[in-house]
Amino acid sequence: MPDLLLELFSEEIPARMQRRAAEDLKKLVTDALVERGFVYEGAQAFATPRRLTLNIVGLPVKGQDVREERKGPRVGAPEAAVQGFLKGAGLTSLDQAKIETDPKKGEFYVAIIEKPGLPTQDVLAEILPQIIKTFPWPKSMRSGAASTEPGALRWVRPLQSIVCTFGPETEEPEVVRFQVDGIVAGDITYGHRFMAPGPIRVKRFDDYVVALERAKVVLDADRRKDIILHDAKDLAFAQGLELVEDEGLLEEVAGLVEWPVVLMGSFDETFLGIPPEVIRTTIRANQKCFVLRDPRTDKLANKFLLTSNLIAKDGGKTIVGGNERVVRARLSDAKFFWETDQKTKLEDRLEKLKSIVFHEKLGTQYERVERIAALAKELAPIVGAEPALAERAARLAKADLVTEMVGEFPELQGLMGRYYATLQGEDLSVAAAIEEHYKPLGPSDRVPTDPVSVAVALADKIDTLVGFWAIDEKPTGSKDPYALRRAALGVIRLALENDFRLGLADVFVRHLSKDTIEFKTKFVDTPEGLSAGEKFATFPERMKASISEDLLSFFADRLKVYLRDQGARHDLIDAVFALEGQDDLLMIVRRVEALGRFLDTEDGTNLLAGFRRAANILRIEEKKDGKAYDGEPNRELIHERGLPEEKVLFEVLEAASRHAREHVSKEDFEGAMKALAELRPAVDAFFDKVTVNAEDPALRENRLKLLNAIREATRSVADFSRIEG
Amino acid sequence: MTSEPAHMNPARSFQGLILTLQRYWAEQGCVIMQPYDMEMGAGTFHPATTLRALGPKPWRAAYVQPSRRPKDGRYGENPNRLQHYYQFQVILKPNPPNIQDLYVKSLEAIGIDTGIHDIRFVEDDWESPTLGAWGLGWECWCDGMEVSQFTYFQQVAGFEVAPVAGELTYGLERLAMYLQGVESIYDLNFNGLEGDKKVTYGDVFLQAEQEYSRHNFEYADTEMLFRHFRDAEAACRKYLEDGEPKPGSNDSRHLMALPAYDQCIKASHVFNLLDARGVISVTERQSYILRVRELAKACGAAWLKTEGGGASA
Repeated sequence: MPDLLLELFSEEIPARMQRRAAEDLKKLVTDALVERGFVYEGAQAFATPRRLTLNIVGLPVKGQDVREERKGPRVGAPEAAVQGFLKGAGLTSLDQAKIETDPKKGEFYVAIIEKPGLPTQDVLAEILPQIIKTFPWPKSMRSGAASTEPGALRWVRPLQSIVCTFGPETEEPEVVRFQVDGIVAGDITYGHRFMAPGPIRVKRFDDYVVALERAKVVLDADRRKDIILHDAKDLAFAQGLELVEDEGLLEEVAGLVEWPVVLMGSFDETFLGIPPEVIRTTIRANQKCFVLRDPRTDKLANKFLLTSNLIAKDGGKTIVGGNERVVRARLSDAKFFWETDQKTKLEDRLEKLKSIVFHEKLGTQYERVERIAALAKELAPIVGAEPALAERAARLAKADLVTEMVGEFPELQGLMGRYYATLQGEDLSVAAAIEEHYKPLGPSDRVPTDPVSVAVALADKIDTLVGFWAIDEKPTGSKDPYALRRAALGVIRLALENDFRLGLADVFVRHLSKDTIEFKTKFVDTPEGLSAGEKFATFPERMKASISEDLLSFFADRLKVYLRDQGARHDLIDAVFALEGQDDLLMIVRRVEALGRFLDTEDGTNLLAGFRRAANILRIEEKKDGKAYDGEPNRELIHERGLPEEKVLFEVLEAASRHAREHVSKEDFEGAMKALAELRPAVDAFFDKVTVNAEDPALRENRLKLLNAIREATRSVADFSRIEG
Repeated sequence: MTSEPAHMNPARSFQGLILTLQRYWAEQGCVIMQPYDMEMGAGTFHPATTLRALGPKPWRAAYVQPSRRPKDGRYGENPNRLQHYYQFQVILKPNPPNIQDLYVKSLEAIGIDTGIHDIRFVEDDWESPTLGAWGLGWECWCDGMEVSQFTYFQQVAGFEVAPVAGELTYGLERLAMYLQGVESIYDLNFNGLEGDKKVTYGDVFLQAEQEYSRHNFEYADTEMLFRHFRDAEAACRKYLEDGEPKPGSNDSRHLMALPAYDQCIKASHVFNLLDARGVISVTERQSYILRVRELAKACGAAWLKTEGGGASA
């Protein structure tokens, strides 16, 4: 079976786009083939900085033949109808049509249209230009003289040439004939830009890979990565050092070279006085080099590894020299920043935060820091932190944004603040909180545990959420530009993993009342008639409550997602959330857990069954009567005329509800569930002996009210109607 | 090349580097222009790039452009940063299919042997908010150092560039430092001579860096500059209006796109000075950039109505 080789050779493709582009190419071509009825045995795609390559093996020589019968007019139909039929079916005379008989329609003509399957090559020649012209690059461009034409090719960078061959292993493959914007597909590729730039004629994938290898191109990105990693480790080992591995950098570097050659450079030891994260970030971000560690001291070594794209005639001496020069200049800058930054205390930088706008409607970073500091102080006792320390940490938390170092390397925010805070003699938890208050940055990021860090981290996130909710900038669909979902998840993880209680609603409303939040929202124009510039303090209470409620329901959704990921049953979460006033994350989770355990017991299963029976009867009767039976049952009536089981249930219900409520108020959900379990024998007996729909309407109503009391009793722990299964 | 005298060697002489690049690009059919006689932030602002990139007419030019970045002044104390430096600018419209090879050969022409130097094209997309322009391209690396910017212009002054123009910008000082192997810009050998005939970059520019840093950060007359900004903006608009084809005339071309564009360049530089003086707040900053962009767009539109922009009577 024949194979397809396709290579799209271009100027340098951005490293970050290569892998995805190769996958897209494979998917687009194979999908288009499958859609046209072609099956294949396998497909592989590759990318280098200068080429996307696709190899599809085991394609048929041609597509499947198609036979179609087309019904025509009846025999003896008017000439016009006959002509139309002949034309449509591609026949020249009626002799070529069959005549068939149908009991209803009589005799009529049928044309047999046989379409032989097209040669695969022709189909490829049709689909490939389309795919190339509509390729989903994240960013694409026109180029050259052809760029004036309407519908000119857009490629990631100028496309230079195309190889496209098709044929069986045993024969000379043929070039698939097509062209895109004047670039004619052929069988010529090119090697490494500097080491083997000449044209190379290729036949199929096997010889193509070998020819490229000879022309100093390693086609497979994973192989390039292996080579880099292996050589890097070897070079490090030879110096008694260890490579500081960095998968992201490795992936990027493999996308910058066709023929990786790893070389080692060094820098002056005096630079090692700079924090190691800074050295690594500088060398990584600007130079795309790896750093090395001394395994004996676990500290960075004054060496780095670069990946060049050349087997240099001088063994790499010049390349290393050039890179060392740049690294030296970069580290000199970093050293200068590091030393300059230490001359100004963090608290003296706060003034500068006034000129950094956090958000047009939410004021400057300075105002934000004021809010976070107030909130952190407020939250400190809840998480067991010293309020003064939490406030201090919050006040300094954003100061490093205006340091030279963070200005140059924004990704070092927090970390630099910690270094500078430590150097200026701040309490160690204050210093730690400056770094950790950004955490957790996602579902797998570490959650801080130091109480001061926790207080500031919570304050930072809650301020963000409350602020954006107040100005009505909430995430919608896939759009979440301020990472508010992440912030909410952060609050959830902080509370749950550190095991503290926090009534969110109260915190939200109080934060909305702080007069440090500038209020320039669209609410200004609402009929409530607040004038611009009025502060949150003047926010009507009603509006505060509705913002807080809306934000809580956002937390409910995030918590559901979080708990589902932890394997909790979503119906149990719903059952708890359906209760009023659930705003304490830890309590919600405890309740869900207790409910889950309870339902696993026999008591739980039976109580749930009893609840359902009660709820079903009520639903039917309430619907029939068009009224709800939600009042208290009549005690006298039960005593006077009730059955013994009815009396017992009434008593037990009262006791069990009371016990359950008592346990809930002590947050002992386990106990509350056990108290509810007391109901079970009485409920079972009631259903066994008592006819709910009694003849006497007064008795009937009272019994329905008893059923309602069962429903109500369970609501002290959860809304049982939400439980599935 | 071997016949060049030693003091013209681009690896020894700053002016030798410039002259070599000029000669090389002249051989590729470029018009070798002289710097534009106005203060500007980058060679891209030169009308030979900004305006000539627009319209259907082919165009090839190369020139040195003194570039002023008032904020980058360091009083002559930083070995790598200047508020006034040279860019070597090449524009080829339409970009020829072998433009990358042409670029690599230009590096060879100035003495960079691709057999021992690691040349790389690393993704770097270019965007100029003030010019309403963007393009895709690379930073060109030599042994880990960025030595040029390479851009395929897609849009300028808010208009599609068709045909696409290729723009190359060499940072001359940085390139020369690498070629000459010096650690400070001020130590660059400017004229390639030795002994008492040697003139360094510092001899030529150190005093200027010190004086202009003072000016840019401390003394530039901000009141005057604000006025100049408004004046340039108003003049630009006026010239654009005055240059519009007269009603009833059978020539529909614009008559003053270039003088109007000069005022746009001026407004942009005045803005940069005000920015360096720290008198423009974060929020205002955006609005100034937008105002300059509006001028650039209007000038681009006017240019497209001139002969140079491809319009006929």
